[in-house]
Amino acid sequence: MTKVEAYIRLHVLKQVQSALEELHISGLTVTEVRGMGHSKAITHTFRGSQYDTVLNPRLKIEALVHDEEADAVVDAILEAASTGEVGDGKIITYKVDQVVRIRTGERGDTALK
Amino acid sequence: MNRPFLKGSKKLSLFVAAFATFFVCYISATSAHAQDPKPSSPATTPSATAPATAPPAAPAAADTAAAPAATPAPSKPDPTGSTMGLGLSTSNPPVDNGTPAGLNAWSADDVKRWSKDPKAPVNTGDFLKSLDAAGQNAVALNIVWTLLTGYLVMFMQAGFAMVETGFCRKRNAAHVMMLNLMVYAMGLLGWWAFGFGLMFGNMGALSTFGGTGLLAQPNLFHPQILGHDFGIWGNHGFFLNPSVYDVGVYTLFLFQMVFMDTAATIPTGAMAERWSFPSFLLYGLVISIVIYPFYGSMMWGGGGLSQLGVNFHLGHGAVDWAGSSVIHAVGGFVGLAGAKVIGPRRGKFGPDGKPNAIPGHNIPMAFIGSFILAFGWFGFNPGSSLAASGGNMRVAMIAVVTMLASASGAAVACIYMKLKTGKFDPGMTINGFLAGLVAITAPSGFVDATSAVIIGAIGALVCIFACSFVENKLKIDDPVGAFGVHGAAGIWGLISVGIFADGSFGTGYNGTGATEYVVGSLHTGVNNVPLMGVTGALHGDWGQLIANLIAAVVCMAWAFGFAYVYFSIQKKIFPLRSPAADSPEEDLDQEEFGTLAYVNN
Repeated sequence: MTKVEAYIRLHVLKQVQSALEELHISGLTVTEVRGMGHSKAITHTFRGSQYDTVLNPRLKIEALVHDEEADAVVDAILEAASTGEVGDGKIITYKVDQVVRIRTGERGDTALK
Repeated sequence: MNRPFLKGSKKLSLFVAAFATFFVCYISATSAHAQDPKPSSPATTPSATAPATAPPAAPAAADTAAAPAATPAPSKPDPTGSTMGLGLSTSNPPVDNGTPAGLNAWSADDVKRWSKDPKAPVNTGDFLKSLDAAGQNAVALNIVWTLLTGYLVMFMQAGFAMVETGFCRKRNAAHVMMLNLMVYAMGLLGWWAFGFGLMFGNMGALSTFGGTGLLAQPNLFHPQILGHDFGIWGNHGFFLNPSVYDVGVYTLFLFQMVFMDTAATIPTGAMAERWSFPSFLLYGLVISIVIYPFYGSMMWGGGGLSQLGVNFHLGHGAVDWAGSSVIHAVGGFVGLAGAKVIGPRRGKFGPDGKPNAIPGHNIPMAFIGSFILAFGWFGFNPGSSLAASGGNMRVAMIAVVTMLASASGAAVACIYMKLKTGKFDPGMTINGFLAGLVAITAPSGFVDATSAVIIGAIGALVCIFACSFVENKLKIDDPVGAFGVHGAAGIWGLISVGIFADGSFGTGYNGTGATEYVVGSLHTGVNNVPLMGVTGALHGDWGQLIANLIAAVVCMAWAFGFAYVYFSIQKKIFPLRSPAADSPEEDLDQEEFGTLAYVNN
């Protein structure tokens, strides 16, 4: 089992979601996060003074997939979330030891179905 | 991460040059009119500058009682409204439509309607009855107008609360709102107990409210200055006691209370996000009983500054139509003193003294608040006539110049910030919008439309420069720009009366007398005529400017000086600054009230 974790722009969530639906990935967790990478700080103005926001708002999406699906999921997110500009985010995958469905107690790959 | 507030720019100098050109054109245009040797030439075409040259129409209160001829269609501008409605019954056939409120407002038929036998000829009794009805309607109209505009001004409290809260941080939102509510409550109680009596106990007869003389008491303190009484405090009407149990006095009380409350609520913005609540509650009484009535009495209560015209022939005395100085500058300078004594919010100034921006949490709320304020200003300025009848239809012009000044203030602030910082700046545009309104408050009764546009524009620039100066040079933390908007633009508004007032309204203002007003040696133009209204330097009376400059100095010295001393002493007795402002959470909502503005549930 693999966990795919991606940091994406706010407005690409819809495309990412529909791309994952096409791959029949049904489980998805989305978190509003703030972070910094290579993108520049945003300059705001308040009553004549300017200030910078270094931590920009992004979404963190997490999905648990079977190992053989992982590459396809990464490609799908890559295509849906890319704008070509600095600050598009990152995709991270890592192996998962165990998954348990709390309702039934199923473990491993069956818990993902 | 923070950029300097203002940077030099060539665009700015272009902007200033364009503005100056416009200003110079305007001055030359008006002075050309002022030198017109025939002021009484029949002006048949209404024009923008006509009020400067046409002889002022006689207000109903003028002791000459020379009613203008009942010409069927007045063809010249009537800046006081004193000839409106006259002559209708002769030029139009009487219409017996059963209501005296139609086009033919008062006709002979209406007089007949009051007689017992409508077919009998009108007798003296019927005629006297009709006079009574007309007189009472005029007073009723004045009272209704003053109350209604007072209600509008009361609603400005909501505007202040929203602008201030929108410009502050989320965690202190309930605290800022609570200050704005409780300043109303504490201020009203203080005003009822002592403030009203101190300020208006010597006002004299309330001519527009039926002439009640209940407040015509001698001043409590009237030191002699250069051989003339200089009244400071009134001393009648405390606690609205039975001796002033009168509709006229109560009307004045309501209208002036909401004015006082406007002044009192300005420092809640300048000192927001830090103020210890017990200290604030005491302040509510101090400003309504001491700070506001003292200067107010000298300007509006028949005191010394208003008598500069009578005693020293300085124009019509210090003139402030609706309170640029009495309300806004007093509030702004008290706020500046308070913000200085209470110290900046944590993190406002870096170790090197560089100001950091602390952004407000709800800009839409600030916008709605500024619209509410602009709406309330239609009560603030037009209502200050305390009358709508009897030569006071001038209120229409007052309302128009008020809205014009707000527009030019907003436009100038908006464009100026774009040229200066590269961005159109909503927060500063709100400030410029309000600064235009503050600036036009004092001159609104006496200036024409063009002057209003200029006054509002300069008011916005004064406000922006003052905000920058306070933050970058004085290192005082004024979260909402209350000093720039109300203090600086308010002083500019007071001075602008002495510059732009065109003499078309305010005949006999401040007891100078309708025919006795003589400009004296400072007079330069053709305006030395009986019935001349309040006249500024551009229209020939430099004495008016001097009187208003004296008032401006007194206003700044009193409001800043007294408030600084008061806050400094109060701080030694119990805390002025809330401990919550320096606690780890820095959360006044939680630590002072335990009530959160926005609950996460």
